[in-house]
Order: sequence, then structure tokens, then C-alpha cells
Amino acid sequence: MDSNTPKKQGGSLGESQSNRGASWAEKTFLAICYAALGLPLLLLVVLIVDVVIDGWPRLNWAFLTNYPSRKPEMAGILPALVGSAYLMLLTAAIAIPLGVGAAIYLEEYTRPSRITSLIELNISNLAGVPSIIYGLLGLELFVRAMQWGRSVVAGAATLALLLLPAVIMTAREALRTVPHSLREACYALGADRWQTIWRVVLPMSLPGILTGVILSLARAIGETAPLVMIGALTYVAFLPNSLKSPFTALPIQIFNWVSRPQAGFHTNAAAGIIVLLALMLALNGAAIWLRVRLQRRMDW
Amino acid sequence: MEPALKIPDKGSPKPELKRRPDGSDPADDPAAPQIKMFAKSLRAWFGPAEALRGITLPIRKNCVTAIIGPSGCGKSTFVRCLNRMHEVVPLARVEGEVYLDAENIYGPSINPIAVRKRIGMVFQKANPFPTMSIRQNVLAGLSLQGLRCRAPEELVENALRKAALWDEVKDILDRSGVSLSGGQQQRLCIARALALEPEVLLMDEPCSALDPIATAKIEDLIHELRESYTVVIVTHNMQQAARVADFTAFFYLGELIEYGKTETIFKTPQDPRTEAYITGRFG
Ligand SMILES: Nc1ncnc2c1ncn2[C@@H]1O[C@H](COP(=O)(O)OP(=O)(O)OP(=O)(O)O)[C@@H](O)[C@H]1O
Ligand SMILES: [Mg+2]
Repeated sequence: MDSNTPKKQGGSLGESQSNRGASWAEKTFLAICYAALGLPLLLLVVLIVDVVIDGWPRLNWAFLTNYPSRKPEMAGILPALVGSAYLMLLTAAIAIPLGVGAAIYLEEYTRPSRITSLIELNISNLAGVPSIIYGLLGLELFVRAMQWGRSVVAGAATLALLLLPAVIMTAREALRTVPHSLREACYALGADRWQTIWRVVLPMSLPGILTGVILSLARAIGETAPLVMIGALTYVAFLPNSLKSPFTALPIQIFNWVSRPQAGFHTNAAAGIIVLLALMLALNGAAIWLRVRLQRRMDW
Repeated sequence: MEPALKIPDKGSPKPELKRRPDGSDPADDPAAPQIKMFAKSLRAWFGPAEALRGITLPIRKNCVTAIIGPSGCGKSTFVRCLNRMHEVVPLARVEGEVYLDAENIYGPSINPIAVRKRIGMVFQKANPFPTMSIRQNVLAGLSLQGLRCRAPEELVENALRKAALWDEVKDILDRSGVSLSGGQQQRLCIARALALEPEVLLMDEPCSALDPIATAKIEDLIHELRESYTVVIVTHNMQQAARVADFTAFFYLGELIEYGKTETIFKTPQDPRTEAYITGRFG
């Protein structure tokens, strides 16, 4: 055949002139890809710029440290901020042990069977359930059945349920990255399964697990529907001081301000959104930082 | 808790040995060393695939036993059966008996963890713990078993010296175990196994990633180890087997074809397959 053919194949990384059809199709495809990437990004930038223009002048120390008020220029987000922080800490405290424990059980203790695949299927299904359903569950289970009331612990338990599927799945993924040969090395040194998990498998998968947990928390901090469902307050003039105390959270506060008629509250909402976005970015940044740090400790 | 493996002092068991094809029996030799381990009709499976088809083989005390044979013949599987590591693989199964001193380590009351504490292992692929420093890697066996060590620095130095690694790592003991080269990692794994002072050391191709100098050091080490330990070494290197081993076993397709003194196996092999393999005319 044509002596050029193998040459062209060998140089397939460069442009191939003879194959204009493919390159045209490729260019079109690339254009569509860029559009698909660019459009949402553009929308996002417009939204953020709009929010920042609206809310930036309102952002000051008093806004962060004031209690809500009838007058928009006096109102602040302190209870919402503290409520969100409290909520996140409790959510993490519930979701991490449960989620990591379930992941360890599924990855290290079970052998593949019909029951475990059923469990797996259900976990991935649960990850897709709308958050308001979790709110309903939390309302029935924690607020009413457990009689925790419309409290911060009920909210945290509900959010923890919401996060569990994602935490379990990312933790399993992280556990799976630990090579079998390391577990074998451990067993050959006379360690049992428990020691192998605690001393070798968990330390190695910690970066992945932590990243997954923090990213899930970053998602949870913006969750509104389940908290509305279990009855977070919208006007709170005090800080939560116990597990059972009523609370509000940032998204609830923002939601409340947006639905007021006065323009001043809309400005407040925009400022609140900036704070919420900053918190989410900080959490995501922390996840990246942790992963890089822990990974460097591992493979220099 | 779990019944620990007893350490009986009854001397070696007297199970029947596989006779060599010429009818002579290594056990008949009155000068033959005591038997430390003895595999009897050992069969092993990976799921439905049978990897070992009835191996009967003695491992003599304070001797080096080399296992040779073509790739895939079951050498690794055999040594993994000797410290109950085979069953760690999902769907893997073992039948038969393996005696350590006088006790069957596949007996019903035996805890595999107690067996593995007495039988150290170096794997074919180096596997230091990435989350641990070099020092912690050497001490990993002790810390995993929850043992306290009175002089950890001394222990680390001794183990690393024996594994011919000390000079290269003495200044970087706090670096991660995986920051070393492949050959250094393998020697680190040898040091990790030695730090536990096992009675038997199983080495699955310990030198396959090492340069000739490190290989020579490891071979010297094996010579030394013989004084106080029993060593089983899998190797693809005929010269290495001839240099370090007192006894050699030739495996082929999951079966033991021939076992005897290394000299005998290499100079006057009885089976044509053994001869073909050691002279490099196989296949
Ligand atoms: N994890 C496994 N799952 C299924 N089959 C396996 C597994 N490991 C090994 N085998 C099979 O068992 C047989 C024996 O393998 P083994 O690893 O003992 O060979 P080997 O003699 O050590 O070979 P090599 O010299 O290449 O290391 C081979 O046929 C192999 O295909
Ligand atoms: Mg092998």
C-alpha cells in the first residue's frame, strides 16, 4: 500500500491534513465543549458579580456580629453563622464515624454477596434522594419520635443522614486505593485485621476520606430544604447554647431576608450569600490543602 | 482469647517423606539436620484452579531450602501456605498439613496470627508501608503486635545492617519508606521481617529487584541467618540457589518433581525435567 500510511499513523499526535473531515468534526466538537463549559461559567460569574455588587457595601464587622433586627441596616447574621457552625460540627461528628464505619465494614469485613450488593445499590440510590425527603424523615424521626424538638441536634442528625451515602461512597473509594499487598505485608507481620485497618489502611486512606467528608460538609452548609422541613427558626435573637436549643442557619436566614419586601433586606441577603460562598470556598480549600499535605507526607 | 500456637519441645515429627526417584530417602541420612517444617500432601486452590497438587516436602532446621521452578509453577503459593498467607486471598483454599515443629499449623485450634508471628516473610514485590518512616517500617512488626522494645534504635540499626541497608539510610531514617529505590525498599522489607526475629524466614524472590552488590550482601545475610534461623528462598537464579541453598526443591506445574541436597540436584538430577530446567533447556 501507500508508504505514507504508517508514517501518518505514527505522527497522529500532529495535524493530519489529508483527514480534513475528522479535524473539522473535531473542531466543531471542541467548540461545543467550550460552549458547554463557558456558558455555565459565565452564568456563575454573572451571578457572583451581581451578588457582590449588591452585598459588598453591606459587609462589615457589625453585619457579622449583630443579631437580626426589624431594621435592615441594624440586622446581622451572628445567630445564623454560629448556628451553621454548630450544625456543621455536629453533622461531622455524626456522619464521620457512621459513614467511615459503614465503609470499613463494607470494604474490609464483608465478602461480596447478594446482601452486600443490595446494600450498595441502596446507598447509591439514597445519594440521589432529594434533600427535602431527608427533611421529612428528620421531622418524623428526630423531631417527633425521638422528641428532640426543632433543635440543632435534630437538624444535624438530618443533615448527617443526607450526607451519609456520599461519605460512605467516598470513604470506600479511599479504602479501595490501599493496595492489597500492604494488607498482606501487615498480616505477614502477625497483625490481625483490626490492627491492619487502624495502623495501615486508615492512615493511608485518610486524605481521601477527609476530602470526601469536607466536600460533603461544604454541600451541607448550603442545604436549606431539610432544615426548613424540620423547622429551623427564621428569627433568632440568641445563640444556640445546647444540643436541644432552637437554631437558625445561614441559608435559612438568607431565604428569610429574600422573602421580605424591603430592599434593605435584599441587600442583607446578598451580603449573607457572600459569607456563605466564602465559607464553602474555605471548606473546599481546606479539603485540597489537607489532601496535598497528607499525601506529601506519604510519598515525598 | 484465641488459643496461641504452642511451642512443643518434642523434636521433629516422623512423617513419611517423599522418596526420591532413585529410592533413597533424604531422611535416612543420619547426618541430616532436624526437620523444622514439614508439608504433607499440601494442596492449594485459587477458586477452581489448583495451584499446588499435593506437595510433601521437609524444611530442615538451620538450613536454607531453595524452591526453584518455571514461572507459575506454584512456588509463591507454596511459601505462602507455609505461614497461612494463602488464605488471605479471596476464594483461596488449602488442604493438607503443614507441621511447624510437631504441630500442624492447619489444625483446628491454631490461630494463623500466632503462626505468622513465628514465620517471617519477604514478598516478591517490595511492600513497605507508605505512611511510615524507614525507622517505623523496621519497627512495624513490633508495634503492630503491640510489643514494646527496650532499645529500638539498636534494633533498627541491627536489622538494617543485616539487610545491608544501614549505610544508605542511616541519615534519613525519618523519611518515608517509599522514598527509597525499589531495591532499597526490598531490603527494608527484609529488615522489617528480621526485626521480629522469626524462627523461619520465607523469602519469595528477595533479590529480583536488586543489583549484584546488594544481591551478594543478601546472600551473605542468608548464610549468616542459617546459624539461628531456618530459611526458605524462592529464586529464579540457578547460581543463587547453588550458592546459598543446602537443599533444593524443583517444582513443576504445581507438583514437587525433585527434592534433595543442592549439590545432588544440580550435579546429578534424577528427573529429566529437573535437568532440563537447571541447564536452561526448558519449554
Ligand atoms: N491471586 C491469584 N488468583 C488466581 N490465580 C492465581 C493467583 N495467584 C497465582 N495464581 C495462579 O496460581 C499458579 C501458581 O502461581 P504462583 O504465584 O505460586 O507461581 P510462581 O511459581 O510463584 O511464579 P513466579 O515465578 O512467576 O512468581 C499460577 O498458575 C497462577 O496463575
Ligand atoms: Mg512467585
